[in-house]
Amino acid sequence: MKSSRRRFLQIAGISALGLGAKPVLDAFAKEDLGDKPEVQILQSDKALKAKQWAMVIDTRKLESTEALDPIINACHKIHNVPTKLEDKRHEVKWIWEEGYHHAFPGKANRFLDEKVERTPFLVLCNHCENPPCCRACPTGATFKRESDGIVLMDFHRCIGCRFCMAACPFGSRSFNFRDPRPFIEVTNKEFPTRMKGVVEKCNFCAERLAVGKMPACVEASNGAIAFGDLYDPESEVRKLLKTNYTIRRKQGLGTEPSVYYIV
Amino acid sequence: MNDKKIIIAGLIIFIAIILFPFWYGLLKAAPAPELKLTDKAKAAKECVRPTEYMKTDHMQLLDEWRHSVVRNAKRVYVNNSGKEFNMSLSNTCLDCHSNKADFCDKCHNYASVDPYCWDCHIDNPKEIK
Repeated sequence: MKSSRRRFLQIAGISALGLGAKPVLDAFAKEDLGDKPEVQILQSDKALKAKQWAMVIDTRKLESTEALDPIINACHKIHNVPTKLEDKRHEVKWIWEEGYHHAFPGKANRFLDEKVERTPFLVLCNHCENPPCCRACPTGATFKRESDGIVLMDFHRCIGCRFCMAACPFGSRSFNFRDPRPFIEVTNKEFPTRMKGVVEKCNFCAERLAVGKMPACVEASNGAIAFGDLYDPESEVRKLLKTNYTIRRKQGLGTEPSVYYIV
Repeated sequence: MNDKKIIIAGLIIFIAIILFPFWYGLLKAAPAPELKLTDKAKAAKECVRPTEYMKTDHMQLLDEWRHSVVRNAKRVYVNNSGKEFNMSLSNTCLDCHSNKADFCDKCHNYASVDPYCWDCHIDNPKEIK
């Protein structure tokens, strides 16, 4: 072949293109091979699973403050909830007791029977099926987990705007106005604490369900609290709902709470 | 061009001052920190991933873990050699690396980064701030 100026430029151009492409190809090749793809992320075999976790609290078995205290303490202890805060406005709580009038304002008649009037009700995050707090959150820090219906918090993302607290009709969320660490009675090293400036609430013991344990309050309740899958007709929760008259908090708001009360 | 000498001398001084951080650092660069491993970490020989990877990418790994645990409820990490780990900073990482001051802080201070992991995750044994 006769070499010409045109021919020379053509070959030079193609060579330059080839040389330029090599580092790009190398980079792609490295990505595929360098980092072995065998790393896997799995769910534990022991994990308890449900479509929507729900709770049935039998208030007939929990008639006094003395009966509720061990349940509340069990929760607050394992989750490092700061219970020593003296200022009521700074209070942080995951599960607490409430009178009937406050827990069920829509259902409170002017004249109630004395038993209901005197019974303390255990209240906690309702893990609503239609949670208003998650819609209010601007950062996606709180969300409804698709896999099990728990309304969870990612504390790393919480910016402390407290929109969720305003949105929650049950007052289930608390804000850390102060660094909570000095106010924790006994620190559980296996569970993180929170920091100043984030909101916190009950997590239905997601960390315990993941290892096959029932929530701490259920365990501490001696059978007064049942826990199970709302969409499994055979679950303990559904069996109780089938045989007992139950009420939920502020049902009229349409948030569909997952905590039921046998009165 | 009568001030040639003054100008050149001035330029040299100017450049020397501008380059101060470079020649100052050349003479006595802070030595890279030496990490102390706990006995438990030494016994384990390898971390969740190879040391080189952990050195450069532990923050991405932790971020992935956080996302997976909180959002997808998947808490078991199987590494390249098939070993399983509980994906937990508090209970897995800080269980072996329980010497925050000699391990975490050394590099973080050297690199002048101030991660806020320990605002919530409790180092083990708990350090009093």
